[in-house]
Amino acid sequence: MSIQKININNHDLSFKPGMTILEVAEENMIRIPTLCHLKGTIPTGACRICVVEVASANNLLPACSTPAANGMVVETDSNKVFEARRTILELLISSGNHNCAVSETSNSEWIDFQVDAMKYEESEELCPSWGDCKLQDLAYQYRVRVDNFNKDWVDQPPELDNPMIVRDFSRCISCGRCVQACNEVQVNRAIDFGYRGNDTKIVTAGDRTLMDSDCVFCGECVQVCPVGALVDKKSRFKWRPFNTEKIRTTCPYCGVGCQQMLHVKDGEIVKVTGVEEAEPNKGRLCVKGRFGYDFIYSDERLKTPLIKENGEFREASWDEALNLVTDKFKTIIDESGSAAVAGVSCARSINEDSYQMQKLFRAVFKTNNIDHCART
Amino acid sequence: MTEAHPVAATYLKNAVQSGAKLILVDPRKHKLAEFADIHAPLLVGSDISFLNSLMYVLIDEDLYDKDFVKDHTEGFDELKVKVKEYPPEIAAKTCGIEPSMIYEIARELSKVKPVMCCYTLGITEHTCGRNNVVSIANLQMLLGNMGVESGGVNPLRGQNNVQGACDMGALPNVYPGYQPVINEKSVEKFEEFWGVGGLDKENGLMIPQMMDGLVDGKVRAFYIFGENLANTEPDIKKVEHELSSAEFLVVQDIFLNETTVFADVILPAAAWSENDGTFTNSERRVSRVRTASEAPGIAKPNWWIFREIAKRMGQKWSSNSAKEIWDNELSVLAPQFGGIKYSRIEKDGLQWPCPTVEHTGTKFLHKDGTFTKGRGTFLPVDWTPPAEVPDEEYPLVLSTGRRLYHYHTRTQTGRCEGLNELLPEETADISYADATDLGIDNGEMIYVSSRRGKVKVRANVTDEVPKGLVWMAFHFRENNANWLTNPAFDPITLTAEYKACAVRIDIIEGNL
Repeated sequence: MSIQKININNHDLSFKPGMTILEVAEENMIRIPTLCHLKGTIPTGACRICVVEVASANNLLPACSTPAANGMVVETDSNKVFEARRTILELLISSGNHNCAVSETSNSEWIDFQVDAMKYEESEELCPSWGDCKLQDLAYQYRVRVDNFNKDWVDQPPELDNPMIVRDFSRCISCGRCVQACNEVQVNRAIDFGYRGNDTKIVTAGDRTLMDSDCVFCGECVQVCPVGALVDKKSRFKWRPFNTEKIRTTCPYCGVGCQQMLHVKDGEIVKVTGVEEAEPNKGRLCVKGRFGYDFIYSDERLKTPLIKENGEFREASWDEALNLVTDKFKTIIDESGSAAVAGVSCARSINEDSYQMQKLFRAVFKTNNIDHCART
Repeated sequence: MTEAHPVAATYLKNAVQSGAKLILVDPRKHKLAEFADIHAPLLVGSDISFLNSLMYVLIDEDLYDKDFVKDHTEGFDELKVKVKEYPPEIAAKTCGIEPSMIYEIARELSKVKPVMCCYTLGITEHTCGRNNVVSIANLQMLLGNMGVESGGVNPLRGQNNVQGACDMGALPNVYPGYQPVINEKSVEKFEEFWGVGGLDKENGLMIPQMMDGLVDGKVRAFYIFGENLANTEPDIKKVEHELSSAEFLVVQDIFLNETTVFADVILPAAAWSENDGTFTNSERRVSRVRTASEAPGIAKPNWWIFREIAKRMGQKWSSNSAKEIWDNELSVLAPQFGGIKYSRIEKDGLQWPCPTVEHTGTKFLHKDGTFTKGRGTFLPVDWTPPAEVPDEEYPLVLSTGRRLYHYHTRTQTGRCEGLNELLPEETADISYADATDLGIDNGEMIYVSSRRGKVKVRANVTDEVPKGLVWMAFHFRENNANWLTNPAFDPITLTAEYKACAVRIDIIEGNL
């Protein structure tokens, strides 16, 4: 097969048949904005923010769902493209509760808008996704200014009846990423598009709340939501991308070993997301991996060594506790031999801890009486 | 799988959506059944009967991979003789699967390559657990599905680092990297590296033997690190008796729990995200764990605690961080890990075996049908029933497992905001048929009892569970399934039969 070439922004680029314009552009570091596009799923072309100008076409075409073709000439940043994207962004922002600072108006309407926007937030703060919103980023980038706010959303309080995910339809742009994440990535099949036309919204079976649906709270939908329509309830208003440090780690629950990004603020984990593109989970997490991190901050954590005296535990120093353990083990080994001591290691803790414990039993106590729960 | 390994299950569901066939062999019609082309609801503990029967059909109808068997295996003739005893018409009586379905599954399996076989504790937690695993290996060798990507025998490990704890030699018969403790050369190697003499040359005790030793006084000091044995072992009454018999018990953990009650000394440990280290997942991938916050109070990393005890007993260990332990000791001592260093796993981890720093890790084992020992050996095995089967007094089978929203004994997930709300209590999952027979409404409190104990628990009447089966988890103390489970063990692995014991259900009078 001859080499297939496409021209994007005056660069001749080769591509493999089947690739979309977006994929060719991304492979060559040409940035095309997207909102609804979710890598690894079937493109829908729903939001049209990725439109580009193709020489032979009458209309602008969505880059995410248009296959690259041999000899195709594409412009990703022409005036026509810019105008179209601005119009799309204006429509999206004025369609709902997007109360971020980009929506500047010249009159008092802005203040009214803000007051209404905070009505259901239980917070004085702006949108919980402020600073982590693709729509907001694009609105800044394209200098979008909206004067007419649609306030239909005012009567749509957010859904707060489950402990993990806040659903706020007033901020939903119907991009469908959550639907794809639920149906094509995690395949939990809990949500889909419902109703028609202007009434279109994301629904569970029977349009019930998530708590009363097939949702298993993996939170994949929250991770892919480009706006503030789906928000992690535990980190709402605590977390902003600019006030947290990101630390990559491995999940402490099952044996899949998902890679997590811990979002740490002032030495405390305030949010967990999946590490995109990482092995083995490619950004996916389950309910425990995403929301099961705060046990480490429980007040019930053991904070000091404890020694039992007359049936009651009392606090002790490390020296006292460790000397007691050492003395007892020494005495018992002296009296009854190394076989009289035994230990069970932990299948939850790090490798180095298990290595160290078996070394203690083998090299110091001189016994192979070391096991762990792999068998039980 | 969607409950215990949710993210792994997403890949399986993706594969089904892309056209792969899924055969689900499980007594329960759980979530994956919705995705399965065939669901074979076998009877609890009848796996070998079913698997031998599949192999009967494959051999009888000449559907097995003759090239693979000839070139890469041994013992085929013995296997053939054994599985001859399991024609579907006979096996159906013990495994509960219609002969026509056994034929269908065997034929389907022979049509595609590779076939991946995944299983979890439903295979291993039986008195015939070891033989169950052997049977799966027999089947996959017979089908020629070994040594290829997306084939093989794939146990999904239940805990984040159960693979790692094995790899690190927290087992009574092997040093790190599975080097046998009864091998003179390994003993010398470790004595030299650790700078000590007199290492124990006999295999040590396994957990159930240690527990017995507490009662008969052979084990006088017992050190439990990060395990809530009082809730996780079968027959809680027996376990508590054993723990209370310990002369001196050290428990090292992050919370007080049902096991710390019996301790003489409790040592407070740093938890996940409070120290650096590595976990090894089910696919043998060693990945980094990093510090995000400080341990509370004066709690310390576990490796530090062990090092301090060694110091007090006269040994000065030079490694003073997880990184030093891994880079300077473990990866030097265990050949499979020789090429894995912290500097190489800053991002994605590496899958062992990874013998040199140039090696990129091993995605799947037994490449090209070359097994560790050379040829793969068929080990013919017979089906044996669970140690305790239903009778008139205890007419139902109890099988146990995990649920999505909690983890083990809930010491961690029970302290995470929101998870208790998603799953506030244990239930006994029972079939509509049994509920009707016993006159039980969904949500009614009932008693479930075995020869060992009795719990009060809410009935969850569901079509996931077939008639005759009760299914429960061990997340909640008061109605933990382990009050009921049977401390009967596989004779080789000493794995307990959590998946099968006999129980009865009683109505609570005046409860309606």
